Amino acid sequence: MAFVSSGYNPDKPMEDRITDIGPRKFDEFYPPVIAKNKGTWLYHEYIQPGVYYHVAKSGDKVFTVRVGGVRLMSTTHIREVCDIAEKHCDGYLRFTTRNNIEFMVDSEDKVKPLVQDLESRKFDGGSFKFPVGGTGAGITNIVHTQGWLHCHTPATDASGPVKATMDVLFDDFKDHRLPAHLRVSLACCLNMCGAVHCSDIAILGYHRKPPLLDHEYLDKMCEIPLAIAACPTAAIKPAKIEVGGEKVKSVAVKEERCMFCGNCYTMCPSMLLADTEGDGIVIMAGGKVSNRISAPKFSKVVVAFIPNEAPRWPQTTETIKQIVEAYAKGANKYERLGEWAERIGWERFFEKCELEFTHHLIDDFRDPAYFTWRQTTQFKF
Amino acid sequence: MAKHKTPLLDQLESGPWPSFVSDMKQQAEVRAKNKEKVEFQIPQDVVEDLIGVLELSYKHGRTHWKHGGIVGVFGYGGGVIGRYCDQPEAFPGVAHFHTMRVNQPSGKFYTAEYLRQLCDLWDFRGSGITNMHGSTGDIIFLGTTTPQLEEIFYEMTHTHKQDLGGSGSNLRTPSDCIGAARCEYACYDTHALCYHLTQEYQDELHRPAFPYKFKFKFDGCPNCCVASIARADMSYIGTWRDDIPVDQEAVQAYIGGELPPNGGAHSGRDWGPFDIEKEVINLCPTNCMWMEDNKLKIDNKECNRCMHCINVMPRALRIGEDRGLSILVGAKAPILDGAQMGSMLVPFIKAEEPYDGIKEVIEAIWDWWMEEGKNRERLGELMKRQGFQKLLEATGLKPDPRMVSEPRSNPYIFWKEEEVEGGWTRDINEFRKHHQR
Repeated sequence: MAFVSSGYNPDKPMEDRITDIGPRKFDEFYPPVIAKNKGTWLYHEYIQPGVYYHVAKSGDKVFTVRVGGVRLMSTTHIREVCDIAEKHCDGYLRFTTRNNIEFMVDSEDKVKPLVQDLESRKFDGGSFKFPVGGTGAGITNIVHTQGWLHCHTPATDASGPVKATMDVLFDDFKDHRLPAHLRVSLACCLNMCGAVHCSDIAILGYHRKPPLLDHEYLDKMCEIPLAIAACPTAAIKPAKIEVGGEKVKSVAVKEERCMFCGNCYTMCPSMLLADTEGDGIVIMAGGKVSNRISAPKFSKVVVAFIPNEAPRWPQTTETIKQIVEAYAKGANKYERLGEWAERIGWERFFEKCELEFTHHLIDDFRDPAYFTWRQTTQFKF
Repeated sequence: MAKHKTPLLDQLESGPWPSFVSDMKQQAEVRAKNKEKVEFQIPQDVVEDLIGVLELSYKHGRTHWKHGGIVGVFGYGGGVIGRYCDQPEAFPGVAHFHTMRVNQPSGKFYTAEYLRQLCDLWDFRGSGITNMHGSTGDIIFLGTTTPQLEEIFYEMTHTHKQDLGGSGSNLRTPSDCIGAARCEYACYDTHALCYHLTQEYQDELHRPAFPYKFKFKFDGCPNCCVASIARADMSYIGTWRDDIPVDQEAVQAYIGGELPPNGGAHSGRDWGPFDIEKEVINLCPTNCMWMEDNKLKIDNKECNRCMHCINVMPRALRIGEDRGLSILVGAKAPILDGAQMGSMLVPFIKAEEPYDGIKEVIEAIWDWWMEEGKNRERLGELMKRQGFQKLLEATGLKPDPRMVSEPRSNPYIFWKEEEVEGGWTRDINEFRKHHQR
């Protein structure tokens, strides 16, 4: 494994340096049918779940086949995606915001061979490499974060619970039976790199134990004032602690004030949140980002805690399935999950989804809490 | 023969959904065989150790990645995230396992040729494991060592004409929806605006000068496919201000069942024949539609452009012709003081090159936030702390009822002295002439 230089000279880092060039320009990657018809598309229609076409003013059509992508992807897999694009799509492809892959062809006769090819490819372990679906009134791919694979703050894994959940929801990835589209998202901690807070169903990793303090090293590894300032509930104060007969500078945490957000850990690696029993999953529901019919909404916490049950998180996936089925049965056509819950009332939502309502679900965090309490005599038995 | 036994992860290979475990295993095997005779610049068994350390996390229920670490490329303050394993003896291949963010092209369109070039680079100098794509939108290269960072950057900029994305207290890599490239709902060219602003603000993207992260996201219409309204400090959402064109013949074709509602998105269930009253007119949030003489009528002045009718009948109704965008500001995820949705700041602005009006708003906001924002305070939090009025002052925008969902319900107005006739300086003796103590 000899070091191979790229041409970079560490003694003269500014020599021939190229910076601030930004991304490659989008139009060099457009398939010809897209380049030609950009801005003149008239309408689109689904042929089957995962397959749809757009018609342009010129009469041109582009047929798109959408497949579930796994956000965590190897170059081996990407090269296979490239093979498929070269075989069927003149070497063009795109990814969607929700980690799906879209293969586009310019005539209908190219669709069937493409779909057959995609559906025929499987991993050695048996799962599909490129399942076709994820469109319309169904469930598309779950957007997610890094989890245990590559992050320092997670309270759960990301790729694992996503795989387990998509296995359970797979039929709806390949169907259009739901009242509207249903977006599932996962964030492995409250930092929410995945911004799951406006999803129909959100899977959120959460810690439940206050920071474990590594007193011996805390002052060496952290700026104590920054750690103190990082706490949104002012639960951290400076403290002198005896370690091995010596007084060291550290912090003390007022534990009953801790909301387990992990912001202190972000500033100070000696305040550790991760814990096998403490960590697990919060289920949130009823959010949306679209402005269609009703305004965008935040997701609400509907299950306060489910333990991490690696490798397949059965309670989490069962709970999600329960919510999806109740929604599929109860909601009107076009009604998003949150709109359905608001129409029938959240008291009815818990009944229909067979979820227990516990005190954890009543907001007690600052001003916004008040606006979620019921200030009317209107309720349902 | 696998380097580490992975009985837990192995259970994620079954089931229909693509298995990331199977994919990592195939990658480990490809590296082990190395048919292409790549001179790997980081350990050949890096992926095996990655699988191994993940298995350990599955056993422990805890991550085995250490807190950050300051690594990067010369002159940039973002784009690289340091990552170290907390079990380096057991998994030496991933002892140093840094992330690089690569600025994706608008709309995430690619040629196979270009993706292969990136794969070649990443197999040679990194783990070959990626995210396509990260949450913000970048191509994520997962796992390389410190000495490779400059080499990758050099090759990326020189050979592939490709730059890194943002991280830290920078402008984060802007991202957009598919837009006009393949969507009939796009009210402006999201790719063009996203690319233009990304290039314009390269300095802000690479060199941390902000109190905290700052995100731009570009949605072509109010359907908000990239969720800009929920997660961008500034979201640009396409809209229009004239009438929705109606093709009455196509309306009849929907009513007659010749065209599938919502483009056939509900094909998996028999919802009965299409009922325009029930499915469109009665669901309109402003009740601005009705049928008259077999024609669909819209009182366009009352329409709030929610997109529902257009989504349901895309061949009969279209977005208007006088198009532009709305700018909403201050969205963020819950850390720290709860989640915030974007708030309307500019109800309508044209999106035409060179986008000067849009840049004026951006720069005025940055000036205010960089002056007043505390360390790690997002724009939305500053807005809450100082009030919407301060945002108006900073941007010079006129108050408009479109900026609020309702006027305030308390009268605690912070009147300014210059707003009150006669000012605030008064003479007590003059007052006492008419009012005894």
